[in-house]
Amino acid sequence: MSETTSTTSTAPAPVADSTKPLASEPKGRTGAARILTGRDAMTIYALVAFLIYAAIAIPRFASPVTTGFLLLDVIPVLLIAMPMTLIIITGEIDLSVASTAGLTSALMGVLWAGGMDIWLVLAISLLAGIAAGMFNGVLIAVLGLPSLAVTIGTLALFRGLALVIIGDNAVANFPKALTAFFTSKIGGTGIPTVMIGVVVVVVFFGVLLHFTPFGRGLYAMGYSKEAASFVGINVARSKFWLYVGSGTVSALAGIYWTLRYTSARSDNASGLELAVIAAVLLGGVSIFGGKGSIPGVIAGVLLIGTLNYALRLARVSDVVLITVTGLLLIVSVVAPSIGAAIRQWRHTRRVRRSFTRKTT
Amino acid sequence: MSSALDQKNAPTPAPAAGPGNAVASLMRMRELPVLIALVLLVLVTYLINPLFLTPQGVKDLLLNATIIMILAVGQTLLIITRNIDLSVGSMLGLVAFGTGSIFSAAPDVPIMAVFAIGMAFGALLGAFNGILVTAAKVPALVITLGTLYVFRGLNNAWAGGKQFFAGDRPDEFGALSVNTVLGFPVITLLAIVVVTVVAVYMSGTRPGRDLYAIGSDPDAATAFGIKVSKRVFLAFLANGALAGLAGVLYASRFNSVGATTGTGMELTVVAAAVVGGVAIFGGSGSVTGAALGAVLLTTITSSLTALRVDKFWQQAIVGVLILTAIIIDRVASLRTAKKLRISEARNV
Repeated sequence: MSETTSTTSTAPAPVADSTKPLASEPKGRTGAARILTGRDAMTIYALVAFLIYAAIAIPRFASPVTTGFLLLDVIPVLLIAMPMTLIIITGEIDLSVASTAGLTSALMGVLWAGGMDIWLVLAISLLAGIAAGMFNGVLIAVLGLPSLAVTIGTLALFRGLALVIIGDNAVANFPKALTAFFTSKIGGTGIPTVMIGVVVVVVFFGVLLHFTPFGRGLYAMGYSKEAASFVGINVARSKFWLYVGSGTVSALAGIYWTLRYTSARSDNASGLELAVIAAVLLGGVSIFGGKGSIPGVIAGVLLIGTLNYALRLARVSDVVLITVTGLLLIVSVVAPSIGAAIRQWRHTRRVRRSFTRKTT
Repeated sequence: MSSALDQKNAPTPAPAAGPGNAVASLMRMRELPVLIALVLLVLVTYLINPLFLTPQGVKDLLLNATIIMILAVGQTLLIITRNIDLSVGSMLGLVAFGTGSIFSAAPDVPIMAVFAIGMAFGALLGAFNGILVTAAKVPALVITLGTLYVFRGLNNAWAGGKQFFAGDRPDEFGALSVNTVLGFPVITLLAIVVVTVVAVYMSGTRPGRDLYAIGSDPDAATAFGIKVSKRVFLAFLANGALAGLAGVLYASRFNSVGATTGTGMELTVVAAAVVGGVAIFGGSGSVTGAALGAVLLTTITSSLTALRVDKFWQQAIVGVLILTAIIIDRVASLRTAKKLRISEARNV
């Protein structure tokens, strides 16, 4: 994978005559312009544009009820997308997140049905998620196995353990007060109360990625693991903690899922890993690693969420939702490379023209 | 990757000539651990429950493996070139529903024509993936994650709540997965033919070897004059055609096809390839291994039922198996690397 990174990132570099074309190259842009025209900014514009359109065109869209349902729906994806962003920025991946959430959910169900105190249940379930993350972390960071393969394995393993634990059963009789809390809203705003916790997670990962040496190191790792370790980044340790973080947040999402739908089942959140990865990539994170930002990813998650919600309000079937998600993902990754190809083509044409002018 | 290198280096360290060498090279076969695991699994299950290997039991084992086997072969072509196709489940679903539609629209259509249409349809879907991946230079993981949704959405839009059942298709078509030749179901024989043809192609022909070269080092392959984009595109095309074939066979084998047919199959298929010793980052592995991996994964289910183990354990065991496979692969490649270091140091 990394080979292609190097070729794409150096693609705009060969500048034959260095007199003027530099200005049109991405490297020539400075601070604010770069942020405002960046890949993740595009997602944010798309989100804002769509929100404005939906608020005007779709009746009942701009209401607290909408805000509430929409946010309640996107919370699991939003939560898991945070550690996933960091992991994909380092050039790795975690496919086991939804299975970890399912495992947590199954564990919650069984422990609660077994008569354990609810707080102890929550604590143990969270610890199980952390353990699952550590398991991934040891295999990937300590043993140096490829993360794609490892997490396909643990995707099956964790889901399997969830099945072993709870089987075909479903546990539903969680404490009323708790489940009600998980769907409650803050006053009349429509914002779910749990959003406070979600914001804490988002801010944590945002600060970790954008304002700490650890975060800068992740970008470095995404460009080149060797170079990163040469400049003193402990690559293995960073990766290990990322997977622990991913497991922890997945467990939180699993707990949320269980209490929001008041149902602990082994197949909870199945298939969520693909939705999360789609949202993260839509948010401008490069699958090759090295590029991406938390604000972009938040916009990506919300964009898919609002699109789906708006389409559902307009009584469009789930069919279209799936297709739209897929097309968005493809367009979001194909468009920049088409843009780059056009830029390259115009550049070579310009060079060629100036060359022929000189010779004639 | 290892076999070619090892053969070149084997004489240098000096020991083990003649038959010992043959044994040693057999030991290095990547398919061997999978084969041993498969034989052990079948043997142990048989010893505990002799009913496991009745003609009907064997037939079921083979039938269960058939479709995943064909998909795993296609997936291997891609994984060897450092690509992947997550949309196979959706492609299979589309073709399977298409097959049902053909039969309901024209019940008298010849079965060969249905196979041809299905494979062409699959190839078309595969070509769509291939064009996006090779022209836009975007990783296959992302593109096929997108087309996974797009194809699934198309299938949903097309099928809606509609389903085709076994009664909607001609009897001869359904008979493909019931009739046997020499104890092998017809569709399994078809799968075995596919595996053999692709395996010979991969190991014996120039374009096949090119795929390994591309996966080992795309830049070197380009420098060497291999048309990387063309080869990768053709690999996607072939994978699509195989997914199409699997889709037609699915319609023959299973009772109903509808909007959700094939959901989640992509991970089983990738898992089969990984268990079968195909390195996820390209350049090594074989379609035979992947096919064996598919048989192993599907046999586990039947074994657990025959052993009266809770069926819930199945998926956990699959997970452990995948992890074991990649750890074995890692140990093997570390050992090869060490051996190469030693032999090269001696050559200096």
